[in-house]
Amino acid sequence: MSTRGVNMSNELAIEASGLAKSYAGVRVLCGIDLRVPRGSVCALLGPNGAGKTTTVRILATLSRADAGQARVAGFDVERDRRQVRRHISLTGQFAALDAAQTGEENLRMIGRLAGLPRAAARRRAAELLEQFGLAQAAGRRAGTYSGGMRRRLDLAASLTGRPAVIFLDEPTTGLDPQSRLTTWRAIAGLAADGVTVFLTTQYLDEADRLADQIAVLNGGLLVAAGTATELKRRVAAQRLDLTCPTPTAFEQVRSRLTSRVVHLDPAARTVGVATDGSAAQVRALLDQADPGRDLVASFAVRGATLDDVFFTLTAPAPEAAHV
Amino acid sequence: MSDALIMAGRSLRLSLRSPDALLTALLLPVMLMVVFVYLFGGAVAIGTSYVEYVVPGVLLLCAITGASTTAVTVCQDMTGGIIDRFRSLDVPGTVVLAGHVTASLLRNLVSTVLVAAVAVGIGFRPHSDPARLAAAVGVLLLFVAAVSWLAAAFGLAVSAPEAANGAMFFLMFLSYASSAFVPVRTMPWWLRGFARHQLATPVTETLRGLLLGQPAGGLPAGAQLAAALAWSAGILAASVLLSMVLIRRRTA
Repeated sequence: MSTRGVNMSNELAIEASGLAKSYAGVRVLCGIDLRVPRGSVCALLGPNGAGKTTTVRILATLSRADAGQARVAGFDVERDRRQVRRHISLTGQFAALDAAQTGEENLRMIGRLAGLPRAAARRRAAELLEQFGLAQAAGRRAGTYSGGMRRRLDLAASLTGRPAVIFLDEPTTGLDPQSRLTTWRAIAGLAADGVTVFLTTQYLDEADRLADQIAVLNGGLLVAAGTATELKRRVAAQRLDLTCPTPTAFEQVRSRLTSRVVHLDPAARTVGVATDGSAAQVRALLDQADPGRDLVASFAVRGATLDDVFFTLTAPAPEAAHV
Repeated sequence: MSDALIMAGRSLRLSLRSPDALLTALLLPVMLMVVFVYLFGGAVAIGTSYVEYVVPGVLLLCAITGASTTAVTVCQDMTGGIIDRFRSLDVPGTVVLAGHVTASLLRNLVSTVLVAAVAVGIGFRPHSDPARLAAAVGVLLLFVAAVSWLAAAFGLAVSAPEAANGAMFFLMFLSYASSAFVPVRTMPWWLRGFARHQLATPVTETLRGLLLGQPAGGLPAGAQLAAALAWSAGILAASVLLSMVLIRRRTA
């Protein structure tokens, strides 16, 4: 799906089928399939508890699946665990760094553990600190870094051994907007270098912005997969937003359109419904919502956002059935 | 092997940068020695000078307080996420633990020297020779290795670094209920059996034998040494095995 991936190679960096995992009798993953082309960015999108971290831990060889197979960088995560580890890196939700070591010492240590000789590890650390805008802070203890700096150091650490596949588990959770932006830029930079990035997120804008390919995970099941554009198309190409003059009108419009509603904003008194954007359908929808012509003050037709997709796909079953 | 060295270097650097842990490991034994010698010492009548009697016991206590901080550092690694990074770099969990134990050995070597220097300063006069001195250091280091691994296993078993701190208090109790500070014969009868045979007593008595010429009481020197080595080696082996099982379970 990613042009970059197709151009570079037809091989898949990640290939999984039927992955399942239970913890203490609770099914966390119920058999998921994934195909990520080499050199692309794939986002695993889902709410808390969807099974994102479990998926990453299995692919990164830190957990074993109860069922199913997975190959990462061409190696089986079960049988060739060591080979897989040699080709990947994982950045988890907690910054995996020593607060009492400086940024430079942390990177040097990781470099040495990744098999670099002493001098090469030192060079690589300097290179990465420069690349991630941490050269100024290289000699300071990581414990004194801001959240965004620590996340960037963590990313730099992931890159030390020049992995082919990088796993990022919720890379921007808990960051302020400014740090999120710099982290995004850093991740986009990884992808530009030809590394395959597999990230999990609960933010739609993050997936939309970074990923070539998005897989939506909910309750341990993949409920959709494709590019951001494809996913948006799956739900509806357009959304018709109807803004009501009063809260009463808002409630009335909402109840008239129940089955088609994909977006609700009580504060702005806006009800959003899926539409193909044609004049005939918009007219029909307006008639259905507001037969007396006094409930809708204004309307707007806009492209569906990933939020619409997300809420549609991850809504509890009965609601999803309406759409 | 090189991974082990890197991990040991890391643990050592972390110990040097954790001033409170370092201070605990160094100052606590010195303070306890001063308390025992000057406050309790006057009330303890054992026939010889109390400072001579108590210094081997303080060295043991020093080893315990120094080694048991391993529980905290191990627990921090497990809860902080860095263990996943090490594992994804294919560093075995046991090597990470071994790094902490190595740092603990070096830390304790330093604190032992410091405590011994203070002991000499307040009147402790060893009757020993270089070979026996070296043997005493060896016995102490084996004991430190055993206690450090035990503490590492404890750090793997608990879920928070605060709880890992408790390892120290449990282990310190072993030194109180032994011949480290008072002769076992002064204890209530029901405690004597335990006090005489649990590891702290043979280790203390072996140190006494090596530093002062003869153990203060009980078994002959050879038997104390055998018991001390057997206890330390046994605890070391059991703790290494236990921590291997625990780290596997913890990271599955």
